[in-house]
Amino acid sequence: MTQYEPVIGLEIHAELQTRSKMFCSCSADYSNAPEPNTFICPVCTGLPGAMPVLNKKAIEQATLVGLSLNCSINEFNTFARKNYFYPDLPKGYQISQYDLPIASKGWLDILDDTDSPMRVVVRRVHLEEDTAKLAHEKNYALVDFNRAGVPLLEIVSEPDMRTVEAALSYATKIRAILRYLGVNSGDMEKGILRFEANVSVRPRGSSELRTRTEIKNLNSFRALTRASAYEIERQIKVYENGGEVVQETLGWDEAHGVTISQRGKEDAHDYRYFPEPDLPPLQLDRNWINSIKNQLPELPDAKNRRFMEQYELKRREASLLTAEKSLADYFEEVVSKSKSSAKTVHSWLTGEFMRYMNDSGQTLEDITLSAAQFAQLIDMVTDKSISGNSGKVVLNEMLNAKRNCDPSQIVKEKNLAQVSDTGFIQEAIEKILSDNPREVEQFLAGKETIVQWLMGQVARATKGKADPNIAKDLLVKTLEARRK
Amino acid sequence: MQLHTLTLREASEMLATKQISSVELTQATLQRAHEIDPKIQSYVTLADDVALEQAKQADERIAKGKDLTPLTGIPFAMKDAISTRGVRTTCSSKILENYVPQYNATVTQKLADAGAVLIGKTNMDEFGMGSSCENSALFKTRNPWNLERVPGGSSGGAAASMAAGLCNFSIGEDTGGSVRMPAGFCNVTGIKPTYGRVSRYGLISLVSSFDCIGPMTRDVYDCATVLETIAGHDPQDSTTFNSPVPQYNQNLNKTVKGMTIGIPKEYFVSGMDAGVENAIQQAIRTYEKLGMKIQEVSLPHTQYALPVYYLLLFAEASSNLARFDGTRFGLSASENAKDVIDIYLQTRHEGFGDEVKRRIMLGAYALSAGYYDAYYLKAQKVRTLLRRDFELALSSVDILLAPTSPTTAFKLGEKTNNPLEMYLSDIYVVATNPAGVPALALPAGFSNNMPVGMQLIGKHLDEQTLFQVGHAYQQVTDWHKQNPVIGD
Repeated sequence: MTQYEPVIGLEIHAELQTRSKMFCSCSADYSNAPEPNTFICPVCTGLPGAMPVLNKKAIEQATLVGLSLNCSINEFNTFARKNYFYPDLPKGYQISQYDLPIASKGWLDILDDTDSPMRVVVRRVHLEEDTAKLAHEKNYALVDFNRAGVPLLEIVSEPDMRTVEAALSYATKIRAILRYLGVNSGDMEKGILRFEANVSVRPRGSSELRTRTEIKNLNSFRALTRASAYEIERQIKVYENGGEVVQETLGWDEAHGVTISQRGKEDAHDYRYFPEPDLPPLQLDRNWINSIKNQLPELPDAKNRRFMEQYELKRREASLLTAEKSLADYFEEVVSKSKSSAKTVHSWLTGEFMRYMNDSGQTLEDITLSAAQFAQLIDMVTDKSISGNSGKVVLNEMLNAKRNCDPSQIVKEKNLAQVSDTGFIQEAIEKILSDNPREVEQFLAGKETIVQWLMGQVARATKGKADPNIAKDLLVKTLEARRK
Repeated sequence: MQLHTLTLREASEMLATKQISSVELTQATLQRAHEIDPKIQSYVTLADDVALEQAKQADERIAKGKDLTPLTGIPFAMKDAISTRGVRTTCSSKILENYVPQYNATVTQKLADAGAVLIGKTNMDEFGMGSSCENSALFKTRNPWNLERVPGGSSGGAAASMAAGLCNFSIGEDTGGSVRMPAGFCNVTGIKPTYGRVSRYGLISLVSSFDCIGPMTRDVYDCATVLETIAGHDPQDSTTFNSPVPQYNQNLNKTVKGMTIGIPKEYFVSGMDAGVENAIQQAIRTYEKLGMKIQEVSLPHTQYALPVYYLLLFAEASSNLARFDGTRFGLSASENAKDVIDIYLQTRHEGFGDEVKRRIMLGAYALSAGYYDAYYLKAQKVRTLLRRDFELALSSVDILLAPTSPTTAFKLGEKTNNPLEMYLSDIYVVATNPAGVPALALPAGFSNNMPVGMQLIGKHLDEQTLFQVGHAYQQVTDWHKQNPVIGD
């Protein structure tokens, strides 16, 4: 049986988070518009006679993205009209870039499914305007132009990915970079970031590029991976049954988990691209490009390398933190304020802290706990003022409190201070042993593992305050004493 | 005192010296328009209320003597392709018959700020597509010099309203001669400025890379005055020049002696009416008498001007007209529409005239995959050659002189069945638009009682020389002072 290899390329559409739209001064923050069709003007609704004016900030952000994807920035830029009719496209054409995009020929290093590094070539990055939003009703559709004209970046990769995992890894990394640059929130639910996958399959070992299909409007990583995986399987089946894959545009039906044909090759649009005569070519100055280059922040890869070195973390450990710039920054702040080791901070942050975020569905932006107080808490555990378990209790208290609070205060209130007073612990042990004669018998009969169970009873009786090392010593000694 | 033949300068002086109020002048103009225009049909809309309100405000300005400009209180007409807030703007198309803009074009706003009084909106070939005004989907405009004849196009209404004395100045728009050719047919002075000199914001685009708004007036002095008001950089139009606007009237009286006029030999070949040629030759002799040197020059790619012009026009227009889809403004024909495609098809089928449809189809074809290189791209390359032709010719002379049209105004219906012959009437005026250079049209005499127009073509952004040379001509001729007797 033929072994097949998938060939995947991605087009990523990322709205830029500029204040105003791509070609007019309307607010681009359409998700916070009070009502439909409030952030609009003659330009973004395509009224007769209205003309576009370029948004400098959008050019700047596009340049930043191009540079961080190792692209060459084209000094001579032109805009083009992409002509087609649709109610979400008020002018009957979209202003986009065609033969001279702002950035081209870049690359991004990712980890593939076997965790080995691989390079994906970025063919081009170009600027265009987003379309309006349609709301389909039973017998009609409504158009909201608040989104029309929002700057949109299209990042096009070569078909370099050979597994769904690699595609996911690439998409995840692009998202992280966009968030690092502060040009896109990465919100896929709202469509601020969306994907299109070009998929084909070929016999493993072959280098041909077979007919591909294009899956549009993938609005989550889950949709991206499921749709690509489905499409790969579907195409393999077509070949296995002696058929041919047809070039077409597909949609993804999330509910049924299938791709659906939207448009065949014969219905493909002829977009009649031509240079936008309302915008003169944009000449970018070399010095200006260099000044943008200087604004580039430390990107995920560089941060990861630094974290591995500076904090002695393993790659996976570091990447848990550096996937999100805000988390990485928070980590560094806690480390700088804490006397404990970076490793300890890392395990608190990626352990209990992240568990809390996952369980409560919160993001770092929702967390009010200051790095200083988090550091203070970690140090209290490190210096054994409280037990690790108590530490977790206090951390959850602090996270729930939604305000800055002193961990030592909570320790006091909850009476959680760790006790190393042997008298107090001994008292508890004596009571537990006399309450549980059967378990004592088992220990004396040679079942030493029962010590763990008894330790649990001690912790419960002392409400977790007993220093576990001291408690264990005392417990074993007391038990041994009964042998005689 | 005949108010309707006043120049802008004369009217402005009368207003300033309070011999007349703007309201009086405006009322007289409106009254004449209501009386005479049914014969000419130059106006699509007469904006009586807006005009009288603006006139009242102008009178207040004049009374206070503050913020006065040469245009304060002066009644003017606007081509119906230029957006006027609250006054419908039709482009003489069914598809925009009831469209009322929510915003002012930059030119409209500048004129309002200067205190000019908008009398109404003038008829044109639908979306500027035509050379006789007969392609207006609303009605045909007649030439005030002979009601059987066309006023030219596409700014035919603008030229006719001017010639008939139905406004004091008129704003036209020139995509490929649309100011100059009707100016010539109607004995009016008019300029197509350098591309990018006047903001296009709010002008309903025909060809974004050709369109130039320009004034039509009784003489060069007025033309310079109005251009100075409407020209300049506009942050809302990225294709406007950032260079300052000169005071165009300042050097009008500077002598033209010693300057050189170039005569493009390619323009003086067969096809030109004897009467037109005769008038143009006389004008050349007039300039010789003024001490100018005459030199033959060559524009070697002239034979390609018409195909290049039309090809690029079709292409850009097909895209510019895509927004007229019946979903947001203007005509929306959705009866029995099954889906949105039906609405598009019905609206555009009913809303656009034949010439518009013809050009959209040709343009979509020229831009389609597989044809783009052979048509659009090739035309753009030849466009560069046309531009170089002018640059080269103008490097050895100060200006070029040519007729605005091979004939005088033709009869209504004479060319409507032959689009190609209609296209040929623009032969002398189209090349300047792909090249972007400015050109001034002037009355140059009469042939069989119909006006003959000539044009002076200048270097990029050198409108000043055009005005200077044009003004010199009008100081020694009185063609521009001739007014038609409006017949029945």
